[in-house]
Amino acid sequence: MSAIQPVILWTDALVFVLVAAGVALTLYIRRHAHLRAPWGEVARRPMAAGAALVLLAFVTVGLLDSLHYRERLPDSPPDKPQYSVEVLSAFDALVGTLRTRQEKTYSAPLAMHLYAKEFVERDGAAVRVYPRLKYGGAHLADEAGRMPDIARRVMLGIAQGVSVAFLVFGALAAWQAARRKQRYGEWLADWGQGRLGWPGRTVVLVVALLATTVAVLLHLAAGYHVLGTDKVGQDVLYISLKSIRTGLVIGTLTTLVTLPLAIGLGIAAGYFRGWVDDVIQYVYTVLNSIPGVLLIAAAVLIVQVYIESRPELFDTAAARADIRLLALCLIMGVTSWTSLARLLRGESLKLRTLDYVEAARAFGVSHTRIIGRHIFPNVFHLVLIAIVIDFSGLVLAEAVLSYVGVGVDPTMYSWGNMINGARLELAREPVVWWQLGAAFVFMFALVLAANLFADGVRDAFDPRMGGRR
Amino acid sequence: MSGLLRVENLAVEIDGARVVDGVTFGVAAGETYALLGESGCGKSMTALALMRLLPDGGQLVSGTIRLGDTDVRTLSERNMRTVRGGRMGMIFQEPMLALNPVLKVGYQIGEALTLHRGLTGLAAQEAARALLDAVGVPDPARRLDSYPFELSGGLRQRAMIAMALAGEPDLLIADEPTTALDVTIQAQVLDLLRSLRSARGMGMLLITHDLGVVAENADRVGVMYAGELIEEGARTDFFAAPQHPYSRMLFAALPQPGRGRLATLAGQVPRPGEMPHGCRFAARCPHAVQRCRLESPDWQTLGTQRVRCHFAGQLDGHSRPAVPAEADVARAGESAETPLLAVDDLKVHFQIRRGFIQRTVGHVRAVDGVSLAVSAGRTLALVGESGCGKTTVGKALLDLVVPTAGSIRFGGETLAAGNLARLRRQAQMVFQDPFGSLNPRMRVADILLEGMEALEVGDAAQRREAVAHLLRQVGLPDDAGERYPHAFSGGQRQRIAIARALAVSPRLMICDEPTSALDVSVQAQILNLLKDLQAELGLAYLFITHNLAVVDYLAHEIAVMYLGRIVESGPAAEVLRAPRHPYAQALVAAIPRIDAAAPARPRLAGDQPSPLDPPAGCHFHPRCPHAGDVCRQRYPEETHLGDRIVRCHWVAGVTG
Amino acid sequence: MFAYILRRVLYAIPILVGVNLLTFLLFFVVNTPDDMARLQLGAKHVTQEAIERWKVEHGYDKPLLLNHQATGAARFTDTIYFRHSATMFAFEFGKGDDGRDIGNEIRTRMLPSLAIALPVFVIGLLANISFALLMVFFRSTYLDLWGVVLCVVLMSISGLFYIIAGQYFIAKLWNLLPISGFAAGLDAFKFVLLPVLVGLVSGIGSGARWYRTIFLEEIGKDYVRTARAKGLSETRVLFTHVLKNGMIPILTGAVVVLPLLFMGSLITESFFGIPGLGSYTIDAIQAQDFPVVRAMVFLGAVLYIVGLILTDISYSWVDPRVRLQ
Repeated sequence: MSAIQPVILWTDALVFVLVAAGVALTLYIRRHAHLRAPWGEVARRPMAAGAALVLLAFVTVGLLDSLHYRERLPDSPPDKPQYSVEVLSAFDALVGTLRTRQEKTYSAPLAMHLYAKEFVERDGAAVRVYPRLKYGGAHLADEAGRMPDIARRVMLGIAQGVSVAFLVFGALAAWQAARRKQRYGEWLADWGQGRLGWPGRTVVLVVALLATTVAVLLHLAAGYHVLGTDKVGQDVLYISLKSIRTGLVIGTLTTLVTLPLAIGLGIAAGYFRGWVDDVIQYVYTVLNSIPGVLLIAAAVLIVQVYIESRPELFDTAAARADIRLLALCLIMGVTSWTSLARLLRGESLKLRTLDYVEAARAFGVSHTRIIGRHIFPNVFHLVLIAIVIDFSGLVLAEAVLSYVGVGVDPTMYSWGNMINGARLELAREPVVWWQLGAAFVFMFALVLAANLFADGVRDAFDPRMGGRR
Repeated sequence: MSGLLRVENLAVEIDGARVVDGVTFGVAAGETYALLGESGCGKSMTALALMRLLPDGGQLVSGTIRLGDTDVRTLSERNMRTVRGGRMGMIFQEPMLALNPVLKVGYQIGEALTLHRGLTGLAAQEAARALLDAVGVPDPARRLDSYPFELSGGLRQRAMIAMALAGEPDLLIADEPTTALDVTIQAQVLDLLRSLRSARGMGMLLITHDLGVVAENADRVGVMYAGELIEEGARTDFFAAPQHPYSRMLFAALPQPGRGRLATLAGQVPRPGEMPHGCRFAARCPHAVQRCRLESPDWQTLGTQRVRCHFAGQLDGHSRPAVPAEADVARAGESAETPLLAVDDLKVHFQIRRGFIQRTVGHVRAVDGVSLAVSAGRTLALVGESGCGKTTVGKALLDLVVPTAGSIRFGGETLAAGNLARLRRQAQMVFQDPFGSLNPRMRVADILLEGMEALEVGDAAQRREAVAHLLRQVGLPDDAGERYPHAFSGGQRQRIAIARALAVSPRLMICDEPTSALDVSVQAQILNLLKDLQAELGLAYLFITHNLAVVDYLAHEIAVMYLGRIVESGPAAEVLRAPRHPYAQALVAAIPRIDAAAPARPRLAGDQPSPLDPPAGCHFHPRCPHAGDVCRQRYPEETHLGDRIVRCHWVAGVTG
Repeated sequence: MFAYILRRVLYAIPILVGVNLLTFLLFFVVNTPDDMARLQLGAKHVTQEAIERWKVEHGYDKPLLLNHQATGAARFTDTIYFRHSATMFAFEFGKGDDGRDIGNEIRTRMLPSLAIALPVFVIGLLANISFALLMVFFRSTYLDLWGVVLCVVLMSISGLFYIIAGQYFIAKLWNLLPISGFAAGLDAFKFVLLPVLVGLVSGIGSGARWYRTIFLEEIGKDYVRTARAKGLSETRVLFTHVLKNGMIPILTGAVVVLPLLFMGSLITESFFGIPGLGSYTIDAIQAQDFPVVRAMVFLGAVLYIVGLILTDISYSWVDPRVRLQ
């Protein structure tokens, strides 16, 4: 008799499969020196290490947001529990009232008043004024108290963020100093001069920045809509944070679909050559020759028709939106495996002529075994580089596809939908900018972090591609 | 010394590691100074430092470089540019990579002419033509409009030399100028460099790892080891009595006729940044005492020679043919019974497709009717220059390329689809490049296990046992199995490759240039190992190589290949001593020798033609000094001369 | 050379057949005309008669591949495949759902598309190469380091942002250029300027960084050392030797997209109200106008294949090592 019923959406399941695969791969890599070495190289690059921390913050939000459940309706009979149709996530539970404090319509960031004038009964006469918000700044008596209150909250947030950062730093220093059998001071000196062998200064700085940002946001969000509200009065900060999961799912699951196709077909084409190569090349030239957006659009329209004609399959709106998200990932995956496949084909063509492959053939080793032991391990770094590089491109593509009208479900939280919804409001006077701005800033932060991390990975795994700095 | 170039105390660092340390030498006008050393000893970096062309991260730390009365090190970059290519020209090792692939040869030479001699337009073109003519490029006017890829390797290197000469340099730096070339072409290019030097009165700094090249070309020699110059002297004195133990080791490691087991040294050159205190050679030196490890030796002068060794002049005289030829049982023994491997009329043709529907328009006859036989416990050397098809023969034997025609028999059994798996165990291959032949992502033990697993040799426990045994057999440490190939040096990797082949206990081992990527000292170790394994296991070797000195040391029989066919075969000693086919003669003549005082020997003109379009009649006739009319019309039949088979009209006496 | 091109053109036919079959599969088999009718007619509870009527109106009432009722050639020709898909090989695209002739639309809309896409392509190529060369010239300095960081930042910003920000600041706030629209002839200039500018900025990050990698790879090669050993100045080495080799992958990579410039850019044209093929396509997608989408898929495929052929030709043109047989 629980108060909640866990819901595992399709994408949730796949996301956790992905996490499990990631953990397994990490453990495998940890045990192999030659696989570990390039990752150590990535970790030694300040930019990549800092970017990884930021990515980690995004991933944490995304994972929390992937633990879905439905609440039991309060008046449902105990023997036959009924659950709300609304699907919530662990993230929703954590942020609490951020989700529920809905205003009437637009309001600017940190505002106390609505963004539109309304007729309000005052002293018996109807006057057109900007009405007060129900939640934003509701604790304040009047406008005069707003700025000092905000300043107070910001200062408090900074103070707390910095102290948390100091605590973390202290713990880190204690642990590291003990591990390296150094005295505190010596470790600090090494840290200050960047002699740790890993980018200690960058890591501490990024942690401090993240902690401070979170603390400031927490304090402000308790009393205000930090990034304003949207057309239906929902908190933009909440929407932006909820969109993180969508972005991450598209960036990762799409690649998950791409990989088996790209690896299987690419290596097969390069290794076997002959008619296998001809057929695979034909397939990917055909796919490649259709403009990507059009192919995605055509496929998405078809999926849409399918979903709409079979409403009985999905019990909640979330499940329906989720299946569309998954379909989008599938479609983008099926249409975007070609470039990696071509790369792997070329590499396999080279590898198959190498002496160690010939030596294996001289022993009569089977093709599957040669591919498994000699070809695949030696192209894996290219796969990895492709994964991290494609990620940011996919996150950006989501926004464009939503604009075209073939992106995620319109009811789903996503940066693309935010931009699409707010775009027309630019014509308003004065302009409603915060929804667009929030979406762009969040997207930029994620994509920049991903790109910087991808750079680090690429330089470490394939020095030839990165060039000398 | 009338110094043209004077280098004092030169030190170079790359990313903080010192690769050249305190090198002092000089080159006089009109003389050739050879810098000799194995790979990684810093000789190329020395040359690049002279030109101030060190790679990114490289830095000239200290020392002076004087060219005439110019202090090269303190010149401004602008003035340095007039020295580069102007007073100092440089030739690089790999002519294919060193020439810009998308610019015409004439343009690339013209650039230097414009820069250093102010020539432009027609004058530049004429000067470039004259230069190409001077370096012996046939039809130079047409070659000006060629792109580098349209030239053969030898012509490319000639074009490279023409480019270096364009600024009329006082000093020519040649960095391994012939290492990438075939032996007959190497001889041509070295002859050219010698004549150019004397004609132009240039000084020449010749950088090489090859004692033979030094013997035939240098006036004075400097030996480098681990970033230091350790011995210097006039060529004749150096070759008569090398003083430094390292120099002596270089001689002892060289396979030479009439020598038994090669002398070898354990260990390898210390890496830059891990240089030991004291004498850098101490760790490998058989004479080293405590003093050597503590105190870096100073220069000692002995006549025309200088040496950095605490024992200079105290070591016993240099004994050249030290070990008498050991009683070589296998060599003396006659080849009896049925041969282990018998190849009859093997052909491998590759189709060339062209045109609208990709129809086959011709064949590259990579291997065109080769017959061979190798008996157990014996070595057959298959010798020829690059592109003659010798590697293809090896691969066809292992079914790595599909033969077009001919039969292959192992132990009397003809190779066919049915018995392929079983016969695979009989023959295995050792490849040339020790870096490309081991999968970097597999542990050494897994590499050794792969063949046993694929051919289902023994059970798991026996295989593990076998891995340990193999590692010991090829002289690798016991813990090597757990490590990955990158932890090993080139020589050690080649040992792993040999162990991998041995894992399935083959009776025939095909060795495809197994030592050509290795330094002399390491080559000696591998050759000794191969010889020991043969004595111990009764292995037969098909030894594919271009290096005749190695053949002399290892082989019982020899087969010389030219454009897909065997032109001469017979007992190795006989063929090498007195080759009959004109090509075999030229090949033997082209090897630079360290003992002979370079007698004038016939040089082979021209390049090996493309196997795509071999000349009619005898393939060799365009380059043959004895060619007659018959040679141009008909491919010669086999002529049997005792144990020997030669395919030549001239030998058969047909040409008159 | 001629035989080579002819062969490549013939090779293109199976590819186009593949594209044609794939679109047929997507639009008529996976997604039946009935589904399409329901989607178009909107309401959830449409009658079967309404669907049939819609199908007859649009000519989707025929069998898919084989018409068993008809005789002779009509067995094959009186089908949806023949009427709606096979005709594309003759570049007959029929009418869109709005009743206008698609071929006609394509012809009139090509030029405005080109007016935006061509300048973005040409100026973009030059700008990217110049920026990349600048970074390479100052390699291993802070200029290079921050140049790369700038590139990464630029390429991390959504293309939509560049458009919206450009429209908002340059057009709306500062009134420098019109927000959107198009005009024929020379008047088009002021309408073209902003979209071209936006296109350049959004492309330079990834472009310049990619070219920088290419140049850096060339600069590490042996022939560069030879050129320096000749006494050439660093500028000369960069501009003759490195540039000439680096341009091979750059030019041939650019040639592929050259024919596709006719298709315009979906997003840019839609935001700036350019009456080109991009906005045509996006409108068709949003209106679920399947005949237009099909036509654009086919057209895109044709142009891409032309691009592939041009790439091969340009290879033999810029790289002396490549000779077409």
